Amino acid sequence: MREARAERVTYAMDGLPTHRRVPDLVVLPGSREELIAVVRLLAALGVPFVPRGAGTGLSGGALADEGAVLVVLTRLNRILQIDKENRRAVVEPGVVNAKLGAAAKPHGLQYAPDPSSQTACTVGGNVAENAGGPHCLKYGVTANHILALEILLADGSLVELGSPGGEPWGPDLVGLFVGSEGNFGIATKITVRLTPLPRAIRTLLADFTSIRAAGEAVSAIIASGIVPAALEMMDQSCICAVEDSVYAAGYPRDAAAILLVEIDGRNAEGVAAETDAVTELLRKSGARAVRSAATEAERERLWQGRKKAFGAMGRLSRDLVVQDAVVPRSSLPRVLDTISTIAQNYGLVVSNVFHAGDGNLHPNISFDATDPALKQRVEAASAEIMQVCIDAGGTITGEHGVGIDKLRYMPLIFDAESLGAMQAVRRVFDPNERVNPGKVVPVHACREWRAA
Amino acid sequence: MTILDKVTALLGEGAVLEAAPDRVPRVAPGSPDAVALLLGTAHQEGWRVRIEGAGTWLQSDAPADIALTTRRLDRIPAIEPSDLTATAEAGIGLDQLRQQLADRGAWLAIDPPGLAGRTLGSVVSTASAGPLRHGYGPIKDHVLGVTFVTGDGRMVQSGGRVMKNVAGYDLTRVQAGGFGAFGVIVLVHLRLRTLPRADVTYVLEGAREDLTQVGEDIAAAGLTPAALELVSPALARRERWVLAVRLAGSPALVAADEAGLGAASGGGRFTPLRAEEAHAFWMRLAEGFAVRPVTFRIGGVPTASDELLDLLQHQLGDEWISASPAAGAIRWTGDASIDRLQRLRRTLAGHEVPLTLERAPWPVRGAVGHFGAYREGVGPLVAGLRRTFDPGGGLVVATEGT
Repeated sequence: MREARAERVTYAMDGLPTHRRVPDLVVLPGSREELIAVVRLLAALGVPFVPRGAGTGLSGGALADEGAVLVVLTRLNRILQIDKENRRAVVEPGVVNAKLGAAAKPHGLQYAPDPSSQTACTVGGNVAENAGGPHCLKYGVTANHILALEILLADGSLVELGSPGGEPWGPDLVGLFVGSEGNFGIATKITVRLTPLPRAIRTLLADFTSIRAAGEAVSAIIASGIVPAALEMMDQSCICAVEDSVYAAGYPRDAAAILLVEIDGRNAEGVAAETDAVTELLRKSGARAVRSAATEAERERLWQGRKKAFGAMGRLSRDLVVQDAVVPRSSLPRVLDTISTIAQNYGLVVSNVFHAGDGNLHPNISFDATDPALKQRVEAASAEIMQVCIDAGGTITGEHGVGIDKLRYMPLIFDAESLGAMQAVRRVFDPNERVNPGKVVPVHACREWRAA
Repeated sequence: MTILDKVTALLGEGAVLEAAPDRVPRVAPGSPDAVALLLGTAHQEGWRVRIEGAGTWLQSDAPADIALTTRRLDRIPAIEPSDLTATAEAGIGLDQLRQQLADRGAWLAIDPPGLAGRTLGSVVSTASAGPLRHGYGPIKDHVLGVTFVTGDGRMVQSGGRVMKNVAGYDLTRVQAGGFGAFGVIVLVHLRLRTLPRADVTYVLEGAREDLTQVGEDIAAAGLTPAALELVSPALARRERWVLAVRLAGSPALVAADEAGLGAASGGGRFTPLRAEEAHAFWMRLAEGFAVRPVTFRIGGVPTASDELLDLLQHQLGDEWISASPAAGAIRWTGDASIDRLQRLRRTLAGHEVPLTLERAPWPVRGAVGHFGAYREGVGPLVAGLRRTFDPGGGLVVATEGT
């Protein structure tokens, strides 16, 4: 237990610096049994609680206040089984994503979802948020890799969802649980699908003199039918932030945008042929240069720049708004143009680093929140950017989750009936709404549904 | 006023079709709103409603006051080849959808069991994947979002039409594979792929155990087939079991896999099928599951496939079986009694293998249920979801059986 304020303060934020709530009490159970005992005690006392993994989330989803107890799951960090033949693993929720990957590697396998925070974030947190990552373009997001779950409901009862083969017992409750942001309970045991490690990998760095041209290259690659393992974009502001940091990856500072494209597969000839085709498409779309990583070290350096870009942006200013909208991929060039116009209109610095192949944007606005006028401009610009993405047929979050950060945007994409349905489903799992209260569904916007 | 009079007054004469063979009035709403209107009224009036698509898959025999068919919901509001997405109404036949997608160079990488005209809504609501699940995953992986109408007539949207989406709880997952117990799907947003420029099928006949070994060798060799399906002799209409390998994608990748296939099968015994032969082979396989009275699927871990095939052979006979061993999925069709199916489900549950009853005459389906043998704690959650989405219990779906 962490009771002293100095200790509790360390849990006041997640990866997003814009929300801060100091929990009244922090509990770190050391085993599944302790966790069950804690949750049952909280149930008996009727106390709300918030499950938390490593606290790397980007939506304020793992913050606790209003008397809720923060239940931190990082000590439940055992890999219970790796089944090489059936390509699956069973883990506790506090296992760090990258550690699972490292444990699978000697078996020629990988855990594909790779959020940028993978060296710290936990699989339990990934399940709660339905985390993505650069390589989800080809391999799919967390939801595509979870076969079965043991979950602990708010009332302290345990339920087994799914089966080791992935076929559900009835409706797909595993799929429903993944991405429910902790509102349906805690995953205490997670069975994940592992995939074979690719035997051939080619990583390309293409640089462009306009963001629009880079966006058009993305559209051309997607339309070609080739599915790269990853297809990431960074704009100049982000490139410079990375290059000024310890994560400098050798990106060209004078480029308006770069694309990081990875082609992988089990067959070297096939990967080589697809790499040639992608290189040609990049050049045709106006790439100034296309460079291929010659060594594994060079590949890792290129990726490190991308994965640490978010951290590098901390150099730009003391505060940061991170968005996570997804747009139809064909609208990328137009939407990126509009975002840049909005930034200019408000006199703000917007840095883009994102999963271009999925159309999953991360426009980041760096600012100083101690300046109230500036803060107001940032909020107005954020809302305008979000509206542009929604108008393009997109959604408000692709992988970070709603948490508290995007609650206000939910009514922009769901009507009252649909929000009411979500709330009603939540009550099936947690009738008193005690787990992670106040997140995901803005209650005032719901139409009342008959209690289940 | 009879039910039919009320429905006619509500939706117009065009919505009332010829009654089903069991004389249940058949109603075909012409829009998602009309579905909501009909179900809202049914809920108030206390009518029992069974859901139908084109009538080519599940037997139209559930006891009901009206049969709601989605067959007039057959529009395709959007095909976006550059985004690789499409939006289609639930009553569109897969054959029509496939054709329209192909005209735009796009492909929905699913090949569910049933006749060519089976509706999209039927496939999604039963989550029935075919051999392409090996390369492209289960049905849910192809569905970005759905709009559905609850048993009391509320229209709910879930998911969206972009590649990634974590806004709110993913209610789409309950609908994909919910067999209509949690509402009627009216609109589906789909994830597409580009039409493969190369698409070839190879078959190898032999003893089941030999073919299983070849399948494992293919996986170990690192080939990435779109489908790797083991088919029983009766279903394949061949003398022996057949291992069918479908390679689809860019010509370069397919050529590389073709070269690897010869090596993996120990000397190139696979026979390539001509394009029309391949088409006929996969069609026959899909249609075979819509002919006999009972069809079910089971899902285990890949290493259990052989043992599960033995179990099915022992308990029911193995005449009509198709399996994707690497995906751990097996589909069986034939004739089986309630008692045998229930016993089989219990046995399989002991191996942590769910049995999902896909089609059967009402007396069997009503007794056995599409689902069953839940793990502890699952039953109350399913019941809670049922009450949420069908508060009056008006949707006639054999969820768990009796």
